[in-house]
Amino acid sequence: MSKRLVITGLGATTPLGGDVNSTWQAALAGTPGAKTLEHDWVEQYDLPVTFAAEVAVEPAGVLSRPETRRMDRSTQLGMVAAREAWADAGLTDVEVDGERLAVSFATGIGGVWTLLNSWDTLREKGPRRVLPMTVPMLMPNGASGAISLAFGAQAGARTAVSACASGVEALIMAMDLLNTGDVDVVLAGGTEAAIHPLPLAAFANMQALSRRNDDPGAASRPYDIDRDGFVMGEGAGALIIETQEHAEARGATIYAELAGGAVTSDAHHITAPDPEGQGATRAVRRALASADASATDVTHVNAHATSTPLGDVPEYVAMKAVFGQHLESICVSATKSQTGHLLGAAGAVESVLTVKALADRKAPVTINLDNQDPKIPLDVVTGSPRELRQGDQVGICSSFGFGGHNAVAAFRTA
Amino acid sequence: MADKNAILAGLAEIVEEETGLETEEVQLDKSFTEDLDIDSISMMTIVVNAEEKFDVKIPDEEVKNLTTVGDAVTYIANAAG
Repeated sequence: MSKRLVITGLGATTPLGGDVNSTWQAALAGTPGAKTLEHDWVEQYDLPVTFAAEVAVEPAGVLSRPETRRMDRSTQLGMVAAREAWADAGLTDVEVDGERLAVSFATGIGGVWTLLNSWDTLREKGPRRVLPMTVPMLMPNGASGAISLAFGAQAGARTAVSACASGVEALIMAMDLLNTGDVDVVLAGGTEAAIHPLPLAAFANMQALSRRNDDPGAASRPYDIDRDGFVMGEGAGALIIETQEHAEARGATIYAELAGGAVTSDAHHITAPDPEGQGATRAVRRALASADASATDVTHVNAHATSTPLGDVPEYVAMKAVFGQHLESICVSATKSQTGHLLGAAGAVESVLTVKALADRKAPVTINLDNQDPKIPLDVVTGSPRELRQGDQVGICSSFGFGGHNAVAAFRTA
Repeated sequence: MADKNAILAGLAEIVEEETGLETEEVQLDKSFTEDLDIDSISMMTIVVNAEEKFDVKIPDEEVKNLTTVGDAVTYIANAAG
């Protein structure tokens, strides 16, 4: 018997803002997060893509200097979001049983800056100069380990690594932890900091990135006929997930219920999505089933919608397969149009936005949708935020990743 | 022989950078582990940074003999000759 799980705290640091409130206000207003990169290495390597969506607030200004030195940038961003979520849940002054507190924090790539900086140090200065902290900083579980340490979480620190599906998969792993009965609270989320010349060059060579160098703010344009690839972003999102029992016992404010979730895998191609979206379809269906929700309960979808020519269509096909006629009554937000693609953090940040949408009954906007692709006839929220109806309803957040990973979370209004 | 006060000041900066401790806390009689709560990974980071800053070599097998800040200052002063 699965437990009723609720979300009591949110945290985020994104290209739109250094916390949830500033990110949310920007997402309602419609704010392009991508800008021309002002780093020497862009010119040094003559990169084919010269823009990305960097975080609005540098983590070094928020964390102490020793923390910054001992954490990869991805862990730094995760820690900033985790602290906000923890405080937002009102847990700062609460005695939480560490043996019943777990962490589930995802990343797509992990400490890529640390790995490559250390490689540069090795080649330029020799092995003696390689920092002893290199391995714990670069490992993908670096963030979940550091966060478990920071909050005294002793019931497990798990790391979902499923490329761009990681952030949502972290929530599903959190559900699994809570449903064991051994855990009361999970600090869940995802983080990514991979705006480094190597991933930029690699993604560009896959033809996955937008080349709209002359107009970065207009580059991420999910569902638009002129979309030409995704925009690299960085940041982190965090959610405090508790059993309802635990949340109510301490009188916590509940944003929404984490009602269900599911993962599936395509087994179709290592990077290309299944054109018929079968894996995605199964993930949405299973997520709704585990939420004990019917398709008609759903009013809002925060879509994966990365703005690649290939990727946006199968997600629509999957939604059509699950929702049928009801799809016309669902408003869809493609917030990557604003934030860029946060890879392993995307699903975490988008889950935060989905929870905010349900709590405030407002769906955030999709920007840059000038000419909607006729192959994707969705009701996309553009221009101004869409009011969601009153009463109980379900919102879903979908994430898909290289490797054929599909992860879908279903949230219900509190 | 190198100026021990200058070495202490430089070492204190390295320790501050790594641990966040105030430079004034880094005194000659302080033990790295007992007083300054520096773990082995931080100690190795401090050693590597000290090697670079003072242009000396501190072999790994010597590091365990550097119990106090004073031990490290003396070692660096002698090594820098």
